[in-house]
Amino acid sequence: MDARVITVTSGKGGVGKTTTTANLAAAFAMLGRQVCCIDADIGLRNLDLILGLESRIVYDIVDVVEGRCKPRQALIRHKYLPELYLIPAAQTRDKTSVSPTQMAQVVRELRPDFHFILIDSPAGIERGFRNAIAPADEVLIVTNPEVSAVRDADRIVGLLEADTRRLPMRLVINRVKADMVRRGEMLSADDIIDILSISLIGIIPDDENVLIAGNKGTPDPNSKAGQAFRNIARRLMGEEVPFVELEDSSNILSKIRRIFGG
Amino acid sequence: MADEALSIKGIREGLLLTIKPDVGEWPEIATKVAERIDEQRAFFKGARMALDVGSRIVRHDELDSMKAVLTNREITLWAVISSSETTLTAARNFGLETTLITHNDEQLETTPVNPEEAGLPGIVIARTLRNGRSVRNNGHVIIHGDVNPGAEIIAGGSVFVWGKLRGNVHAGANGDETAVVCALDLAPTQLRIAGYVTVSPEDKRRKPRPEIASVREGRIVAIAWND
Repeated sequence: MDARVITVTSGKGGVGKTTTTANLAAAFAMLGRQVCCIDADIGLRNLDLILGLESRIVYDIVDVVEGRCKPRQALIRHKYLPELYLIPAAQTRDKTSVSPTQMAQVVRELRPDFHFILIDSPAGIERGFRNAIAPADEVLIVTNPEVSAVRDADRIVGLLEADTRRLPMRLVINRVKADMVRRGEMLSADDIIDILSISLIGIIPDDENVLIAGNKGTPDPNSKAGQAFRNIARRLMGEEVPFVELEDSSNILSKIRRIFGG
Repeated sequence: MADEALSIKGIREGLLLTIKPDVGEWPEIATKVAERIDEQRAFFKGARMALDVGSRIVRHDELDSMKAVLTNREITLWAVISSSETTLTAARNFGLETTLITHNDEQLETTPVNPEEAGLPGIVIARTLRNGRSVRNNGHVIIHGDVNPGAEIIAGGSVFVWGKLRGNVHAGANGDETAVVCALDLAPTQLRIAGYVTVSPEDKRRKPRPEIASVREGRIVAIAWND
């Protein structure tokens, strides 16, 4: 195996990077893929909570980097999804405890053991973001249908475009309220793509089950959002999964435009 | 106090900051530059500076950090000279000149070959300017792409956008009131020409249309291209 390394980032905080990482990882695991999540948000770790693994942490990413354990020893296996593993962030340190080179090194050692490695980036465009994208093969940019989230996503796209590695980027629009979009009170997917002009890989409906599942520490694959995340996982695996009605942005015209790639 | 890694001297086009290609890491150099300027901050304030890094490879983010050091001290970085193609690409991405040959007004006046052909030089940027990107040029600026909200263009001459203009734009930044701003969809966050400022009307359902903005009778007016 040689894992595909996907970094989930956004610029703005609170748009759903950690939720996306956890749910995608669960979706990959349920599709039978070996998947490892790495929480790169050192000092503000959350991914262990969302995955319900907080109590099992022995070693974290800083322990790995500073040589107190091997990457494999830091892996925490999920309670119900045996294909899913986590390397947690350190809570008592900060982003400068790890360098981009060290992140890349840790991921390199894990690559042979997984199909997918998902890296949960911290908010911002500084060191933590640099750490998170250093090992990446591709990037998922998460945004919300809010002008501020889209603005920050645009900044991230610009920074990644300036990166010499030319990482492929795809867009996840999270927390979309279809009825608000229909009434013209919320940015539609088309509005967002019009600004960002990168390819869309999924639209996640606003779903309170995500919050409930996150608090319980068990991603819910049967919720509307869970299904949308699974669709993203399948698209990432190369399947053609149509964008379903619920994910639709506004009207017939925009649908036709999307079909023709406009 | 003489530092072997860097030197600043006056040249015809302003100041020239020379950084030795093989001495020191970039973050330290940026700190040294900051210290050097801070020693005579008032002297440097408002200066135009060119940067000569020789064969050193300066990445986009490194150049960005140096620009920030200078901008914070109200110094305008306008050119980067280097034999490294990576460095030059980074410089061009910021809209910086990569040669010291300037086409200033004096030169144009002394060589009036043909009045119809006289004009300012321009730079062409064939990509979308995203949030956080800044393009500064003493001549014209031509963008083949969009200018997204949060991006800015500051031009001594006119600004032409073959795409959607939604960021901030300042044409005629050195006081030229004849400068214009054209875009296929003219909807900047803020539009300035010389000393005049305006904002786009809040009209969300309007159709994109090519427009040209210029100063007429003491204010900025936008006129549709096909009116």
